Amino acid sequence: MIQFELNGQTVTSESPPDTPLLWVIRDELKLKGTKFGCGIAQCGACTVHIDGAAVRSCVTFVALAEGRSVTTIEGLNTAEGKALQSAWVEEQVPQCGYCQSGQIMQAASLLAGTPNPGDQEINDAMSGNLCRCMAYPRIRKAIKRAAAAEEA
Amino acid sequence: MVMPQRKQAISRRTFLAGTVGTGLVMSLGTVLPGCSREEAASDIAAGGASKIFSPAVWFEIGSDGRVLVNIAKAEMGQHVGTALARIVADELGADWSTVSIRHVDSDPKWGYMVTGGSWSVWTSFTMLSQAGAAGRTVLVDAGAKLLGVEPSTCHAEGGEIVAGDKRVSFAEIVAKGDISRTFSAEELAAMPVKPAAERQLIGKATRALDIPAKSNGTAVYGLDAELPGMVYAHPMIPPTRYGSTIRSIDDTAAKDIPGYVQTLALNDPSNVIQGWAVVVAESFPSAMKAAQAVKVDWEAGPTAGVNEADILAEGAKLAADPASGTLVVNDGDVAAARESAAKTHTATYTTSTALHFTLEPQNALVEYVDGVFHIHSGNQWQSLILPALAQALAVPETSIIIHQYYLGGGFGRRLFGDQMIPAALAARELGRPVKLVFEREDDSRFDCARSASVARFDASFDAKGALTGIEHAAAAGWPTLAMAAGFLADGVDGKGKFDPFAVSGADHWYTLPNHRVRAINNDLAQRTFLPGWLRAVGSGWIGWGVECFMDELAAMTGEDPVAFRLARLDAAGKNAGSAPNAVGGAARLAAALRDVAERSGWGKELPDGEGMGVAVSHGQERNMPTWTACVAHVAVDAETKKIKVKKIWQTIDCGTVVHPDGAMAQAEGATLWGLSLALHEGTAIADGQVKDRNLDTYTPLRMSDVPELDIHFMPSTEFPVGMGEPPLIAVPPAVGNAVFAATGKRIRDLPIRL
Repeated sequence: MIQFELNGQTVTSESPPDTPLLWVIRDELKLKGTKFGCGIAQCGACTVHIDGAAVRSCVTFVALAEGRSVTTIEGLNTAEGKALQSAWVEEQVPQCGYCQSGQIMQAASLLAGTPNPGDQEINDAMSGNLCRCMAYPRIRKAIKRAAAAEEA
Repeated sequence: MVMPQRKQAISRRTFLAGTVGTGLVMSLGTVLPGCSREEAASDIAAGGASKIFSPAVWFEIGSDGRVLVNIAKAEMGQHVGTALARIVADELGADWSTVSIRHVDSDPKWGYMVTGGSWSVWTSFTMLSQAGAAGRTVLVDAGAKLLGVEPSTCHAEGGEIVAGDKRVSFAEIVAKGDISRTFSAEELAAMPVKPAAERQLIGKATRALDIPAKSNGTAVYGLDAELPGMVYAHPMIPPTRYGSTIRSIDDTAAKDIPGYVQTLALNDPSNVIQGWAVVVAESFPSAMKAAQAVKVDWEAGPTAGVNEADILAEGAKLAADPASGTLVVNDGDVAAARESAAKTHTATYTTSTALHFTLEPQNALVEYVDGVFHIHSGNQWQSLILPALAQALAVPETSIIIHQYYLGGGFGRRLFGDQMIPAALAARELGRPVKLVFEREDDSRFDCARSASVARFDASFDAKGALTGIEHAAAAGWPTLAMAAGFLADGVDGKGKFDPFAVSGADHWYTLPNHRVRAINNDLAQRTFLPGWLRAVGSGWIGWGVECFMDELAAMTGEDPVAFRLARLDAAGKNAGSAPNAVGGAARLAAALRDVAERSGWGKELPDGEGMGVAVSHGQERNMPTWTACVAHVAVDAETKKIKVKKIWQTIDCGTVVHPDGAMAQAEGATLWGLSLALHEGTAIADGQVKDRNLDTYTPLRMSDVPELDIHFMPSTEFPVGMGEPPLIAVPPAVGNAVFAATGKRIRDLPIRL
């Protein structure tokens, strides 16, 4: 049995320790906002935070979460997280929307460390997150909008 | 092109407005012979359940005044529900803040269900406008009675019927008014639809109704669906799409894996899936592990040795054979032009196999209960897969319901719900709900990939160097032949049928003295894999050849590529266009081209190693032209040969734009899709299946690859046409032509490699 904190609540998983955290979150703990895309940490749809750092949950064993704090899109209530979600609506970012939980989690991690990112920093932080609809220009705009809102 | 909707046997249509429960329901009825209007009216009051009447219920107004618009189209990123609901609400005079949408499950009452071809607004606009206007008429009449005024003094606005300083809300009318009414087809067609100048919602800025849920993780996709007691199934994909058979299955090693249930070999009477097995487990991680441990020994099908080069060689051989294929265009006398030519020029263009790679992998959850298969899965073409499911399961279509979800990407992949079949077969056999989920590599192997294509162009010139004719032979695997043969079209030479979607764009709007197009099925491609409809379909590969070859011809004749095109976009003869879809014809494409040339500073001096290229497209189909013109500006590194796209300009004339920001989002996404196919995507058939199966080697465009975009819509009140796919088409040739301008090297193979 593995115990960790998920969005501020203590949870336990009965899954084997080598189970990807993604499936524990989605299927065992029933939070479906985190998505499965490639399974090899190359698309970013499964991005969650462990102790505030963005990780790809499809290749992270649940055992690594033991005793740590995991945040998913459902529990993203930091100031930059809220600003991003609002900016996502303001800029009308999502198309199919499937990647957007991961995009927002990745962007929240970027803004936590770099409150006012430039284009290169956005490229560096976000190029691991595939948007198959290619809403990239709006993702960039929304990150900048959220950063500006945070600054104000 | 015959639209799917028109394939239905409709004798006459009647529009009904009536109270059902506590609300007002507007519906379009398909009334079959022998069924009176009264019967139809009583049928809708009874819920439209009888067999003689199948209403397609569009919208409802509750006694609280809220308007609910039913959306029978799939939501896969195009915000289609917002656009369709805006059409209804504008005519109705509704208060937009009270409008909501519901994406519906499959049911015969919705009529033909397909979301593709960039058709949704185009095919729905008239019906929804008339339905909204009919609803408004009913509300005005009933509202006038409540206000004690003449209907002619009333108008609908913001969810109220207004007469001078008197007003009554839709809610009050629905609660109190007399709103039973029937409209004949003729009355419906004569509905007073608003002139463009009076529109309140169409063409005005708004936010998409689906975006909040897609920004906070609450949007529900097919993969998110669960049912009590379900098991997971993991596909075991055979070595070839067709003709593989299972010799034996050894699951000894899987039996130690906790949660493993069993491995099932599947027999599909519809033959859509062949040689399949699924590994069943209590959780998906267990299913993944077990799938690694289970050994399936297949007798591979006959195409297990086929490679991309074989398919391209077959295409080139067919394209060079004048006896192959079916004529799609045969204007003038190409052969005579060639015989009398002073000069000829031949070029062959190819495109590689490309994947849909929807980010949500294919999946389906199926429960078989009380004789009905409930299928939970996002899907674009319910009316296509239902007959296949019925055959596979040996049940009538009425015993199958496809429950709709958000689609984590469609792009044409989800036009064919073939993954539902193994899930349904397994659910019946196991007697439990089965959730079939594809891992990415399996999703790619089972993709209906965009076929590799070969296009051969033969041009002739007279003694003065003027272009006298073009013959275009286009060979590829045909999606429509494989999946929906009823939609094949007849060739103009009577030599048989062709896939209109696989040759779209060859029937372009340039005026040529002699022009011939041969559509050729690449039979080796067809036998090896399931060719798919990928965003923009044939136009996506046909446009590559047509527009790069036009550039070659311009260069040969020493003319500017924009001027060369404009000279042939003269809107003469068959290119004059016609109402309602193509008013203005090629003149509108010429206008878009002039606009993009001007905005991009076409012809300006550029540094060495940089170049601009141009291309145009009429979108998906000649009878639904979306006029687009594109300029790309590239820089090519002299040493590394790396191509950097600095900026892309697009000018788009799609007639009336219903949801401007949604249209812009589609244009941005489709433009970048075009760029991705030009530079970043492309795989190969290797040993009978696609070679690149995940993002380690299949590499779509990323954030850091995005150039500056400058996209402009021509202001228009013409009939609205498609937007989801057309802006993709001109991008690859514009980039290829820009690379030629920058380097002098003509690129003829997609993706572009220097």
